[in-house]
Amino acid sequence: MTNIPRKSIMDPACGDRLFRIAAAGSAFLVLALLAGLLLQLGVGSAPAWREFGFGFLVGTGWDPVANVYGALPAIAGTLLTTAIALILAIPPAFVTALWLVDAPPGIGEIMSQALDLLAAIPSVIYGMWGLFVLVPLMQDHIQPFLSETLGLGKIPFFGEYGNGFGFLTASLILALMILPYMSAVMRNVFRMTPSILRESAFGVGCTRWETAKDIVMRYGIRGLLGGIFIGLGRALGETMAVLFVIGNVMELPENLYASGTTIASTLANNFAEANGIMRSVLFALGLILLLLSLGVQVLAQYYLAMTGASRGEK
Amino acid sequence: MTAIAPEKRRGLFRRKLIDRVVGILSILALLIAVAGMIWIIWVVLARGASVISWTFLTEPSKPYGTLNGGIANALLGTVEITLGAVLIGVPPALLGGIYLAEFGKGTKSGNAIRFSANVMMGMPSVVIGLFIYAIMVIPMGGPSGFAGSVALAVLIFPVVLRTTEDMLLMVPDALRESALALGCSRARTAVRIICRSARSGLVTGIMLAVARVSGETAPLLLTVMWSDAWPKNYFSQPTANLPVLVTEYATNSPFEEQHAAGWGAALVVTLLVLLLNISTRIIFKEKNHAR
Repeated sequence: MTNIPRKSIMDPACGDRLFRIAAAGSAFLVLALLAGLLLQLGVGSAPAWREFGFGFLVGTGWDPVANVYGALPAIAGTLLTTAIALILAIPPAFVTALWLVDAPPGIGEIMSQALDLLAAIPSVIYGMWGLFVLVPLMQDHIQPFLSETLGLGKIPFFGEYGNGFGFLTASLILALMILPYMSAVMRNVFRMTPSILRESAFGVGCTRWETAKDIVMRYGIRGLLGGIFIGLGRALGETMAVLFVIGNVMELPENLYASGTTIASTLANNFAEANGIMRSVLFALGLILLLLSLGVQVLAQYYLAMTGASRGEK
Repeated sequence: MTAIAPEKRRGLFRRKLIDRVVGILSILALLIAVAGMIWIIWVVLARGASVISWTFLTEPSKPYGTLNGGIANALLGTVEITLGAVLIGVPPALLGGIYLAEFGKGTKSGNAIRFSANVMMGMPSVVIGLFIYAIMVIPMGGPSGFAGSVALAVLIFPVVLRTTEDMLLMVPDALRESALALGCSRARTAVRIICRSARSGLVTGIMLAVARVSGETAPLLLTVMWSDAWPKNYFSQPTANLPVLVTEYATNSPFEEQHAAGWGAALVVTLLVLLLNISTRIIFKEKNHAR
């Protein structure tokens, strides 16, 4: 150590600079990872795009033996399950957030914690519960009730008979999974509304619901949108819960009771035995999912940043 | 709002009724969600508890079709993979968080990184698995526990980065200024003073991130696969792990015994994740109140 000149790593100023470079490097790793994701999935999927062109996006065939692949069933399944899950989950997420913000402290706290726990359960557990508990229940009770007792089966695309698997079951589970996330973001948004606005509304005689609908919602609409997009992003990419109950057939959605597939479950289901062009096809599906999620997340972050609300994930 | 047209004016009774109905609906929605949670946990407990025994926890799983195996190898593999992920993912995340909080406050690059980290948190885990498959599994010639650790590390990284930043920003500036005034370098201040006073927050962030990824399945399905052996070749071979075991036994097996074993493994995963999650929350909460 004696021979090393003073200007070395031991020098505080130099060490400071090194530390700063290491810290900056680690932070910029996020950007590198994002870029790497795009690059690798792009490179991996290149053979598929060369082989099938953009017709891949609208192709409906899927026959590994004949080397025919189309992404439309998976894309349509993803969009369908996500859409139903959102329709099912947005209203309860909104009203629960509304109630929790003004809830009596004790109960409100317990309920918030319970919702957070719902978000903490691993998705594979949701899948297993779905497969062994929800699927038989759907088949024996819920699907007959919906289509026969309520007569919804007459509506085109709804479906009359189901075996319990399929889009509706997957959407139900997705709805339960994304509800706590959306509710948490929405709670944050509600809390950020200046209390003077709410108190003024109460002062002029608004009911709680009118205050929520006309004041809080208008004030925090961007944050609410951000919360919805957070839920949307999770539903798009959820793999295991969907994989267990969607039925996994590469077909376009026939009706809500039909079995089908989503991009994420196709990836998980086919990757083990994939090689050659099929592997590239799966990379192409992954790229589509990545771009969809990227778009959704950028919108979510943009809206949330505008209101200064946090993601509500902690 | 001064002159509401008479026909738009709603009766007081109707307005109050709507308010009441919405209130009841929100409690109902909340109860349904909480009941769903209790239902899921109850099913896992009820079906898994009867399977769990000492041999179930200490015997390795057996090859396909052979029944009465345990889950010890998968449990060990999960611990290996998760610890690996922490070792790989947490140090850069802490450093990055320090950068954002201490050097990148309000700068353009800081904002860009913050934004990207938030976006990264929402990336589907299966896509991350695909990415690691491309950069590790293909070049290394096959799935390995190590590849799984890297995939989980990529998932942990943005979460810990952001919580670290948030926690460090909660440390009062006076502390920073005092340290600098005493002649500490920025690096020394950040590590020895700021990080130390935010320690419990940092640990909470890490623990919650770990709780979140220790039940992750999709990336492991692509990068680690599955094995019946003890996890000895972590760096080169498919490694046993609990989430994939649950998936295999639940979906790829016709045997009732393996379904039951799947429930047992599911119970272990759930307990692992929830206990980590709940205990972290409780510990952090007490620390917060003490301050």
